[in-house]
Amino acid sequence: MPAYQTSLTQIARRRTHAGKFLERLRSGDEIAHMVTLAFAASVLLITFLLVVELGRHSAASWHEFGWRFLVTSVWDPVFGEFGALPFIYGTVVTSAVALIIAVPIGVGAAIFLAELAPPLLSISLTFVIELLAAVPSVVYGLLGIFVLVPLLRSYVEPFLQSTLGFLPFFQGPAYGVGFLAAGVVLAIMVLPFIISISREALLAVPMEQREGALALGSTRWEATWDVVAPYARTGILGSIFLALARALGETMAVTMVIGNDPKISSSLFAPGYTIAAVIANEFTEATDDLYLSALVELGLVLFLVTIIINALARLMILATTRRGTEHP
Amino acid sequence: MRSLANFTVMTTPSHPFAPHTEETPGSGGNAAKISVSHLNFFYGAKQALHDISLKVAQNKVTALIGPSGCGKTTFLRTLNRMYETVPRARAEGEVLLDGEDVLTMEAARLRRRVGMVFQRSNPFPKTIFDNVAYGLRINGWDQSRKLHELVEASLRRAALWDEVKDQLHKSAYALSGGQQQRLCIARALAIDPEVLLLDEPCSALDPIATGKIEELLFELKDQCTLVIVTHNMQQAARVADETGFFLMGRLIEFNVTKIIFQTPAKKETEDYITGRFG
Repeated sequence: MPAYQTSLTQIARRRTHAGKFLERLRSGDEIAHMVTLAFAASVLLITFLLVVELGRHSAASWHEFGWRFLVTSVWDPVFGEFGALPFIYGTVVTSAVALIIAVPIGVGAAIFLAELAPPLLSISLTFVIELLAAVPSVVYGLLGIFVLVPLLRSYVEPFLQSTLGFLPFFQGPAYGVGFLAAGVVLAIMVLPFIISISREALLAVPMEQREGALALGSTRWEATWDVVAPYARTGILGSIFLALARALGETMAVTMVIGNDPKISSSLFAPGYTIAAVIANEFTEATDDLYLSALVELGLVLFLVTIIINALARLMILATTRRGTEHP
Repeated sequence: MRSLANFTVMTTPSHPFAPHTEETPGSGGNAAKISVSHLNFFYGAKQALHDISLKVAQNKVTALIGPSGCGKTTFLRTLNRMYETVPRARAEGEVLLDGEDVLTMEAARLRRRVGMVFQRSNPFPKTIFDNVAYGLRINGWDQSRKLHELVEASLRRAALWDEVKDQLHKSAYALSGGQQQRLCIARALAIDPEVLLLDEPCSALDPIATGKIEELLFELKDQCTLVIVTHNMQQAARVADETGFFLMGRLIEFNVTKIIFQTPAKKETEDYITGRFG
């Protein structure tokens, strides 16, 4: 076969290849659909496996204690008594304190950065705030121990006791370490998330919304508060959910400042314990199977607490959303 | 009140063929509601408007036409100082509303007197009722019965009441595009502005919705002074008493609508109107 014929058939073959390739490109939508579906499904699969494995490894504890595990508050590895209530309590209380402190500050700061600050100031401040999100939690823990705890013990807690001491939250001796310290450290840690995401949400509000309010004679603040913030509420609430998830699961910094004492106390000054902290602290010492199984079950409980709190928060929002406030 | 003697186009010397009838702008017993003289406008270093002077007659519809980027929207936004939302934008010259200086007046007070309807309808994420009530509430109306009456009256003025009276507490986003735009007009009318600025209010609407809004403009001019920016020359011809033609940041010609469309004084105006450019 002469050389030129070979090359011609090669070209022809290439052409058909190219044709098939084009055909395949046309079915690219399907491929993209399958690939992205697989990725999305893998997330579900991981979550599913996580729950299954947690369930499998906590079977011993579940058989021993049943539902009692969730409602008893004795945690005694020596006698093999395990109750999760103090840890659940500690996790919920510290996260609540964190959000009570961080949400107003975070949303307020986001409003300032997005609506009121000059652009250059806004950009540089946002950069610094996003840096804060990258600080490792152990560093926050250290600052908590050496700066925050002494400050709380000597100044803040005595002050709260003398002014708001009639409330059960602010009674008893000021230890420094405890629910309040953990809550404050968590608040500082989740602030960057709230600020950064809420700011993005506010910046994404169409200019027409602001102008619509201004055109009716609103002041800048009225336009921001009455129109822009409600428009961005989905994004702002999203930032709060993310902060909540972070606070519920945070381990290192909380362990360092909460006092690690499995007690339920109405006072925020008292030391406590959280689920994440007890798992991190005790799993190296968990020598017998029941102890280890109880710790794994705590992990499962943390997972469930996170899901329940998120679901409740979403329900609460659905219930309080006035009709007409939703937007496309 | 400023003198009305100099009522014709100020940037353009009188054209020999421009007929000076009673229809010339500012005449016929109509006082100038807004008078602009030697207005220059800058976005940073870039000049967007050059030495604009014109008078907007009271209880008339004044249309501003011209190709994209000619400055007509910028001009409209100086009348209620909405340009202030753009950083480094500034206006120089004189803009008077009933003799009061617009450029130094407190912005919120100015905008209560000079309302605005935007190109894209922008209802707030609130109910239909709350959208209209918003301007009233921030201006101190809170007695609910009176508030309800005023909301109803505004919706009627915007010819929307019959369509929405049974769904006042539904989201404004449930309305169609044309209804949303009329809702925005109702919202602007609620605080009873003396002047209503409309920035291409029909550009996103179908011909039926456009027709409704144009009808509305005819009815509204008894109650307030209207200034409308439009891309649509037929619209200007249909609704406007007086029309100004903008080109490259200059007011080329300003006159009674009929004259602008039938016997324009300037070649640029004629070219634009006959569709030779733009």
